[in-house]
Amino acid sequence: MYNFDFVKPSSIADAVAALAGEDAQPLSGGQTLIPSMKARLNAPGTLVSLTGIPELVGVCREGDMLVIGAATTHAQVARDAAADFPGLAALAGQIGDPAVRNRGTIGGSLANNDPSACYPAAALGTGATIVTDRREIGADDYFQGMFTTALEEGEIITAVRFPIPQASAYAKFVQPASRFALTAAFVARFESGVRVAITGASENGVFRWAEAEAALSSDFSADAIAGLACSPDEMIADLHGTAAYRAHLVGVMTRRAVAAAG
Amino acid sequence: MPKDDGIGASVKRREDTRFLTGNGKYTDDINLRGQTYVHFLRSDVAHGRIKGIDASAAEAMDGVLKVFTAADFASAGGIPCGWQVTDRFGNPMQEPKHPILAEGKVRHVGDPICAVVAETYAQARDAAEAIEVDIEELEPVVDMVRALEPDAPKVHDDLTSNLCYDWGFVEDNKAAVNEAFEKAAHVVSLELTNNRLVANPMEPRVAVGDYDPWGDSHTLYTTSQNPHVIRLLMGAFVLNIPEHKLRVVAPDVGGGFGSKIYHYAEEAFCTYAAKVLKRPVKWTSSRSEAFISDAHGRDHKTKIELALDADHNFIALRTETYANMGAYLSTFAPSIPTWLHGTLMAGNYKTPLIYVNVKAVFTNTVPVDAYRGAGRPEATFQIERLVDKAARELGVDPIELRRKNFIKPEEFPYQTPVAVVYDTGNYHATLDKMLELADCAGFEARRAESAARGKLRGFGIAHYIEACGIAPSNLVGQLGARAGLYESASVRVNATGSISVYTGSHSHGQGHETTFAQVVADMIGVDANSIEIHHGDTSNTPMGMGTYGSRSLAVGGSAIVKATNKVIDKAKKIAAHLLEAAPEDIELKDGKFSVAGTDKSVDWSGVTLAAYVPHNYPLEDLEPGLEETAFYDPSNFTYPSGAYGCEIELDPETGKIDILRFIAADDFGNIVNPMIVEGQVHGGLAQGIGQALLENCVYDDQGQLLSGSYMDYAMPRADDVRGFTVDHSCITPCTHNPLGVKGCGEAGAIGSPPAVVNAAIDALHRAGHTHVKHIDMPLTPSRVWAAMNG
Repeated sequence: MYNFDFVKPSSIADAVAALAGEDAQPLSGGQTLIPSMKARLNAPGTLVSLTGIPELVGVCREGDMLVIGAATTHAQVARDAAADFPGLAALAGQIGDPAVRNRGTIGGSLANNDPSACYPAAALGTGATIVTDRREIGADDYFQGMFTTALEEGEIITAVRFPIPQASAYAKFVQPASRFALTAAFVARFESGVRVAITGASENGVFRWAEAEAALSSDFSADAIAGLACSPDEMIADLHGTAAYRAHLVGVMTRRAVAAAG
Repeated sequence: MPKDDGIGASVKRREDTRFLTGNGKYTDDINLRGQTYVHFLRSDVAHGRIKGIDASAAEAMDGVLKVFTAADFASAGGIPCGWQVTDRFGNPMQEPKHPILAEGKVRHVGDPICAVVAETYAQARDAAEAIEVDIEELEPVVDMVRALEPDAPKVHDDLTSNLCYDWGFVEDNKAAVNEAFEKAAHVVSLELTNNRLVANPMEPRVAVGDYDPWGDSHTLYTTSQNPHVIRLLMGAFVLNIPEHKLRVVAPDVGGGFGSKIYHYAEEAFCTYAAKVLKRPVKWTSSRSEAFISDAHGRDHKTKIELALDADHNFIALRTETYANMGAYLSTFAPSIPTWLHGTLMAGNYKTPLIYVNVKAVFTNTVPVDAYRGAGRPEATFQIERLVDKAARELGVDPIELRRKNFIKPEEFPYQTPVAVVYDTGNYHATLDKMLELADCAGFEARRAESAARGKLRGFGIAHYIEACGIAPSNLVGQLGARAGLYESASVRVNATGSISVYTGSHSHGQGHETTFAQVVADMIGVDANSIEIHHGDTSNTPMGMGTYGSRSLAVGGSAIVKATNKVIDKAKKIAAHLLEAAPEDIELKDGKFSVAGTDKSVDWSGVTLAAYVPHNYPLEDLEPGLEETAFYDPSNFTYPSGAYGCEIELDPETGKIDILRFIAADDFGNIVNPMIVEGQVHGGLAQGIGQALLENCVYDDQGQLLSGSYMDYAMPRADDVRGFTVDHSCITPCTHNPLGVKGCGEAGAIGSPPAVVNAAIDALHRAGHTHVKHIDMPLTPSRVWAAMNG
């Protein structure tokens, strides 16, 4: 790790101001950023902590929406979202291990947009709204490929607004070493139709599986997508699985998510 | 009725109090006054020529004391290899120099080029980034078969090729073996890989060098399993420091699993640099650094063939193995694929003719050496996978095929065709015990229940034999060992009767501080809590060879028994004097000396006090004091064996395997502490299952390590290794050591991989996937799915 300055503002305005400084980077739970700094792969001049801003923390029901502050930890989401949005709570409870869940935050995960992270599947799979210090971004516009989002320089996520589905579930097949998603599916059934988001599989990051959405919107059952296959083109191939295997898992995990959502 | 803290009692591990309360004294906990820190600048390319090093900017940076390069070690020797293998033509192996810092070339990612010593670790690391190293990248060679092609790049320019040796065993049997294959009714063959592993002990390696200019003496604190071996190798071969000027201390070292046997360059560096700088020099490996600088394990490619007669008797076995040495020869590397592997190829069977060929190969990868089991897991995996495959091809029960070919209980001692003589064993008994515990009768119902959930259930078995209690020095000397393999002990009885035992065996998880005390307590009849076990410091322990090869109790424990017997003999003479009787009439029982047939007695502490306050003492015949040293050199290896059964469930949609039940029935000979034995087996099974299902050290074709962190190198976690049933009630005591013990440290890691893979193949075949003959470890979900759908 290289030397850096550390500030911990208590308001969004102060955080945004601090991030305007040279080589400043936001720090939320730090579960990705800190290891990369320790490996000297990342060298911010100033770390601006976002975890001391009270309005960024909390889970709150607002009508048909569940609004989660960006600096809310996975552990808190697993606990506080359980009654209103059990599919999301279950997803949060499967991230990492207890230490990770008590530090890592939803905003940090969405801002990083790791292609194997869990939260992007829930955000895209529900059509959530990413609220920042300056605007609101729909999930379909927000995720722009592996580690790439619509966020601008210095823009910080303040909250995520999830439409609460009638039924939902997350089915995750873990990569055996990291226990990130090797391939995972988030399935959400709404009055208006079904959304399916896949994480871990594609070189382009989280994506919606349109064919499955169409089939499930007319018949929300695992059988409805039994014959559907996802193309292995542009799937990730690495030590832990070939592109063909990941494409296969897209189908398996989507069916399991549908079965679990009931 | 065993003494409640003696041999046979499940005494709780006394060392756990300090470990579990965070009070272990690990090597990294050692910090000396005036200490400096070293950071090694390591190669990030697998193969390259060093054209120049400019460290001037680094040396000018804050806090930097010196940047060392190979030029600073011109007078030092290379890191020595402790075993010379002779090839099948009678020639010695090719043995390249292993410099402390890279000389002229870098040969693997992680090869140290420069060492920066600074006031703080961060300063050393910052300065290392300011060093300019001009490296001309060379084509690397990673694949072993490619490395032996005539046009392959050479890892070492001064060797004739990348072949370390081409070993044949038993070379004189080769023609007879081939002839047997010609005549065989059945021949079964299998090509397999034994995957490369990284040991990953809890504490990464640490070295702290200290130098006392007034006494011209050195101290090295290091994470070692065998401090005396490090003192001998480093002092005599690398730095030219005589033993009396060099102390090596290995405190709590956070586990080893073999990776801390070897003498490493960083140890020599810290020792040497402390003298140059006149200040202590400390190095603590990061976990990332451990992946590219700790010796790796396994990494064999093998073709194995079995010839059977019409009645399914095994008549001959032959193998051809490529064994990866990595870029340099680690301390015991050449012995692993040869004498610790070829000699075990009889397994538990009466195969009369065996020929093993091993080609050891240099590649641009981290050196490979022993890892828990060392050669024996590779042998067991080949044999037990092939026997299972043979049973399938012949359409017979794999259990019965094994039974038919087992060495029978009445045939011990058994001379194998691969040099070793098994002293005792009862393979039928361990197999029967395992099958009883496995509830085979209930398997079909469990399989049906799995099938109802869409899962495939399978049951696989494996039997193993290992040679441990390493080893008779005269024998291993003939085989190329450059060291003796005895063990030592000093038993120092203190004036009031408490006992300090000094052993050459190091404890780094095995529980010696508990079990060794149990042995002495049992022999003398005193409370085990009055006995302290000291180890790990060359300044107070007799020259010992350390801990590996499941040898500590069989060899180190035997030395303690010998020394304790000497103590008892002398104590009886003192007691005889005090009781005015003849020494031969003195009996020792429950810590009390008595004259046979009388009520005259004296307590242990009465005798020990007399030894040190010799007012009433036969000074004309006997020296005062009560302290004895013994060295024990075994007359044979020990041969633990066992039967392992593994029941798995396989998800056909994802290829994921879950281990539901694992039964281990081992014959370890006599047992000193059943609870510790059980723990050792659990740990071994976890590592064996890790190898079978999860762990894989992978390089790309440019020699870059793809599995260089826990993000990609899958260590077994608690939920990967549930449900062990461990039994060690089948006992055939070792016949040639005083405790009748065989050793238990490596068994789990040796026997479990083939049991797991056999279970997976069984599950697939029961479900009709009979085209799947073999899957290479680790059986990751992706590989299993690909095999099913291939």
